[in-house]
Amino acid sequence: MSLTKEQIAQRIAKELKDGYYVNLGIGIPTLVANYIPKGMNVVLQSENGLLGMGPFPYEGEEDADLINAGKQTITTVPGSAFFDSAMSFGMIRAGKVDLTVLGAMEVSEQGDIANWKIPGKMVKGMGGAMDLVASAKNIIVAMMHTNPKGESKLLPACTLPLTGTKCIKKIVTEIAVLDVTGNGFKLLERAPGVSVEEIVSKTAGKLTVEGEIPEMQF
Amino acid sequence: MNKTYKNAEEAVADIKDGSVLMLGGFGLCGIPENCIAALVKKGPRQLTCISNNAGVDDFGIGLMLKQKQVKKMISSYVGENAEFERQLLSGELEVDLIPQGTLAERIRAGGAGIPAVFTPAGVGTEVAEGKETRVFKDKEYLLEYAFDADFAIVKAWKGDTDGNLIYKETARNFNPLMAMAGKVTIAEVEELVAPGELDPNQVHTPGIYVHRIFQGVNYEKRIEQRTVRKNV
Repeated sequence: MSLTKEQIAQRIAKELKDGYYVNLGIGIPTLVANYIPKGMNVVLQSENGLLGMGPFPYEGEEDADLINAGKQTITTVPGSAFFDSAMSFGMIRAGKVDLTVLGAMEVSEQGDIANWKIPGKMVKGMGGAMDLVASAKNIIVAMMHTNPKGESKLLPACTLPLTGTKCIKKIVTEIAVLDVTGNGFKLLERAPGVSVEEIVSKTAGKLTVEGEIPEMQF
Repeated sequence: MNKTYKNAEEAVADIKDGSVLMLGGFGLCGIPENCIAALVKKGPRQLTCISNNAGVDDFGIGLMLKQKQVKKMISSYVGENAEFERQLLSGELEVDLIPQGTLAERIRAGGAGIPAVFTPAGVGTEVAEGKETRVFKDKEYLLEYAFDADFAIVKAWKGDTDGNLIYKETARNFNPLMAMAGKVTIAEVEELVAPGELDPNQVHTPGIYVHRIFQGVNYEKRIEQRTVRKNV
């Protein structure tokens, strides 16, 4: 069984550690906030200028001056802080943020990532993604293993314009958890009921499979 | 040192065709609504606008795009604007897309008297094309030049008539950086007070950076993505 988007987020949440400062990108990464283990102290950074992002506001309590990087209305948690965009990316570039989770259109076996542009079709801009991937110590990509046409998004080399090079360390898809090593992708876990063969067939880049591959635990 | 202007129309009256503008805000949060409305009314054209985003179709910088007042946009993300996309694809509009942190730092550098900065963002991508690079401690960086602007137009929560500014929550974003970088900086505020009424400990932008300030009116503060939890 392939994972739902919520389950991908839930699996990524297992990578969180107490005391982490974390930047969550738009889409599946945002959902990771719903699965922070109870009692664990994780501070969410929103690159438009907030540390200590809280949940969405209750209806009627929306504040137009308080949004996240996806322009959604949000709240703060006790102990939060606001700052300007230069300081926000200063803390990102200086490696103060422990973990970055973001989406991708393609990831290569070298750890390159493409997620901002499809030439001739979509030009929305890179936003903060290039700054994040150029500096983050630990980046996890949350994405579907294949595109809607069924083609692998884990490639020998990216075909789309790059966002950053040799920066992705880990990938969680609806069927697998993989590390990106100096020697291509390495399969770590498979979704419950998904076979190693299926993962191999859907991974176009170099993939190492060593020994028994355990099912993901939730 | 009273820097008070009567309103947005007066504050932007000398913005001419071909000016380079910085406009504060992230999405529609913390944008100088009154000045944008005044620019739409006054109608200068061939503008270069440095702003993280380009508004939406019917609000923010989107209003200026619709009137074809903008020759060039310098932004990091422009995804929410169909008219923008149309003008971009048809070649009517020049666009420079810049990583958000690089955009912020180039503006900050402009206001801090620093001509250029080195950043790792964009190394190995098309952003690096034609740019000088240098290796520090085994890592490659791009040389990125500081921005300046004829006018920086910012929105603050509170300000005094000397130009000291305090921003609110995430409406701060690019505003304090741009305030530093304008040859002429125009600030519109929700609440304009007399000197002494703001706590100096709380001031984000010291008045030295601000040339014109006025009491804004009728803030719409439109929300782009209204997201809520259900009331229990």
